[in-house]
Amino acid sequence: MSHPPRRRAARLLAPLIAASLLAAACGGGENTPAPGAASGGAAAPAEPVKLTVALFSDFHYGPLYEEFKKTHPNVEITERRAQFNDHHNNLVTQVATGAGAADVVAVEGGFIATFREVADKFHNLGDYGLSSRQSEYLDWKWQLGLSKDGSQLIGLGTDVGGLAMCYRPDLFKEAGLPTDRDEVGALWPTWEQYVETGKKFVAAGGKAAFTDGPGEHFRAMVEQAPVGFYDTSDKVVVGTNPDVRKAWDISVSMIQNKLSGKLVAFTPEWTTGIAKGTFATMVCPAWKTGVIKDQKPGEGTWDIAAVPGGGGNQGGTHLLAPKQGKHPKEAAELINFLTSKESQLTLWKDASALPSLPALYEDPAVATFVNPYFGDAPIGKIFTDAAKALKPQYTGPKSGDVNVAMGNGLGRIELQGQDPEESWKQAVADSEKIK
Amino acid sequence: MATRAPERADAAPPRRPAGKRRPTGRHWRHAVDVKASPYAYVAPFFLLFCAFGLFPIGYTLWVSLHEWTLLDDEHTFLGLENFRVLLTDSYFWNATYNTLSIGILSMVPQLLLALWLAHLLNRPLRAQNFFRITLLLPNVTSVVAVVVIFSQIFGRDFGLINWVITSFGGEGIAWRDASLSSHLAISTMIMWRWTGYNALILLAAMQAVPRELYEAATIDGASSFTQLRKVTVPMIRPTIAFVVITSTIGSMQIFAEPLLFGAYTLTGGQDRQYQTLSLFFYENYMRLDFGYSSAISWMIFVFILIIAGVNYLLTSRMKGNLR
Repeated sequence: MSHPPRRRAARLLAPLIAASLLAAACGGGENTPAPGAASGGAAAPAEPVKLTVALFSDFHYGPLYEEFKKTHPNVEITERRAQFNDHHNNLVTQVATGAGAADVVAVEGGFIATFREVADKFHNLGDYGLSSRQSEYLDWKWQLGLSKDGSQLIGLGTDVGGLAMCYRPDLFKEAGLPTDRDEVGALWPTWEQYVETGKKFVAAGGKAAFTDGPGEHFRAMVEQAPVGFYDTSDKVVVGTNPDVRKAWDISVSMIQNKLSGKLVAFTPEWTTGIAKGTFATMVCPAWKTGVIKDQKPGEGTWDIAAVPGGGGNQGGTHLLAPKQGKHPKEAAELINFLTSKESQLTLWKDASALPSLPALYEDPAVATFVNPYFGDAPIGKIFTDAAKALKPQYTGPKSGDVNVAMGNGLGRIELQGQDPEESWKQAVADSEKIK
Repeated sequence: MATRAPERADAAPPRRPAGKRRPTGRHWRHAVDVKASPYAYVAPFFLLFCAFGLFPIGYTLWVSLHEWTLLDDEHTFLGLENFRVLLTDSYFWNATYNTLSIGILSMVPQLLLALWLAHLLNRPLRAQNFFRITLLLPNVTSVVAVVVIFSQIFGRDFGLINWVITSFGGEGIAWRDASLSSHLAISTMIMWRWTGYNALILLAAMQAVPRELYEAATIDGASSFTQLRKVTVPMIRPTIAFVVITSTIGSMQIFAEPLLFGAYTLTGGQDRQYQTLSLFFYENYMRLDFGYSSAISWMIFVFILIIAGVNYLLTSRMKGNLR
């Protein structure tokens, strides 16, 4: 007698219950504290601690975690990886919403300025004694890990991306230029001399272009200047900084003298061109050697010489500890360990990550390292020389976006035939619009 | 017209004949069940729709009225300032133009081709299922794979098309660099993915057209093309309208093709020559300028509403003609 109505009520309620369960499942996940964390006794050393590390590729940290656990048996480490852009976008969202960030996160050089703006969302590693490591670091690398006002230490550097100039000895030979990397480097102590060399290369009448496109050169020149796109009060100074204008003019002269192959980095034409030899030089951060190798141009096809203008850097990573992490002490210890001298040396050997600690540059494992794929080039020495020579420059919050706007301006001159002066005005206006 | 299939909605569910008199309590519960439980059954969808559809739309509007960057805790109220800036932003109108241009360039040939393919498949053919499945294959391929392949085909230095052109003595085209050529390249990718899909939908509608009409047309001496024009198209007009609406809305959201075609540059070329509205939105989103990018997404929403409205008017007029 009483069965049917009850069943009906259940039928009526079931979808509602299901929906509310779903909502609960969506909302709750990340806030659940790790088991054991609730009791909160920092004094007990044996209390199990779970740390998550979020990276954007394989950093080859596996063996180092094992090493770390020997001194910290209570710490359990899980690593999660995401694609480069996704990783950083996720982190922005997680930091903004205050949930979901890992205990230790990797932030690449192109994004570090964004997070320095909101240093209060990260643990001050100085509170855990890591400020003492300043003397070990390349100065500019250390500065990048500080909050905007310099009062807090939010990240410790892992690797750097020292800058060099990759070139093809075969094409240089055809054009009657020297092929030995020291002689090649001696051709272009300055960017003006680099352009002069390019003119000679073009005059020889080969089919290949002297270089890929002017964008990366422009960026390297700006980063070598004492002031870049921003002044220290975060104002975009593209339109008034003479060094930016100078870099622009040299880039334009590269276009006008037909040194450029009208190629944009990472387009299919560009990657194919690496193997096919459509251009003879390109600006080469340490990690680009991997890109070259992936295109299989053949052993010894590309060689590496010093970059004009003396030194430079592109990329490189910091490790940060978001404030939402419940175990700042352990996270700081892990960061300290992963960036230590020993770890950085291991990572250089395992993953070719260029150390950010100058003391290691004297280590024979770095100083005498040669890469057979690049004609036995001493890449350890070339890239670390470039990293050492770089003077620190203040990086504004949206430097990457400004760089894109300026690069597009150069591209418009080259590919759409826009008048250089008009393009400059548009590029400056675009840059100043970036908030 | 008498030949149309009966509208199914007209058929009311069979009513149970009124039985014996029941106790009033039970009767009441029964009434509630009949009246209320259908709403309960559809409630999960609407709850989820509110949480993940309606609420974000409203919240985006709220965000668009503010100076709002994700990492800043303070959000200053700006009123309609973001929209004012947006409507005077020449890059916004550039993106609108590109979206329309790519949309039209891809949609018109796509629908004509889909109609033709569906017409071909609507007759007795050997291995019919094989051809129908083949039509859908480009659509199930990942968009990334499609764009990567087509980017190679449309390459400037080593692309297949330029190789053909140069081997006939012509000069290769820098597909990415000019507005029209880049729009053509992107439209080709969209057509590749969606022509077969639309052809299948049209084919399904064509199969509901009574055979007698074709027989009569054949006896009257109408050619295959005339039959398509005079019999098929008028009979499947509502479906064509549906396909047009879905493809128009789809073309407002073109995103992956220009992004990947430009090797992950958010501006869609140095001169923004193929930056679509979605890409323009994404560019500003990636600058973490949430107020402005919300205003952009609301403008896209408004555009879609306008298009849907126009389509609705047109289709209701068409239905009127048919009755």
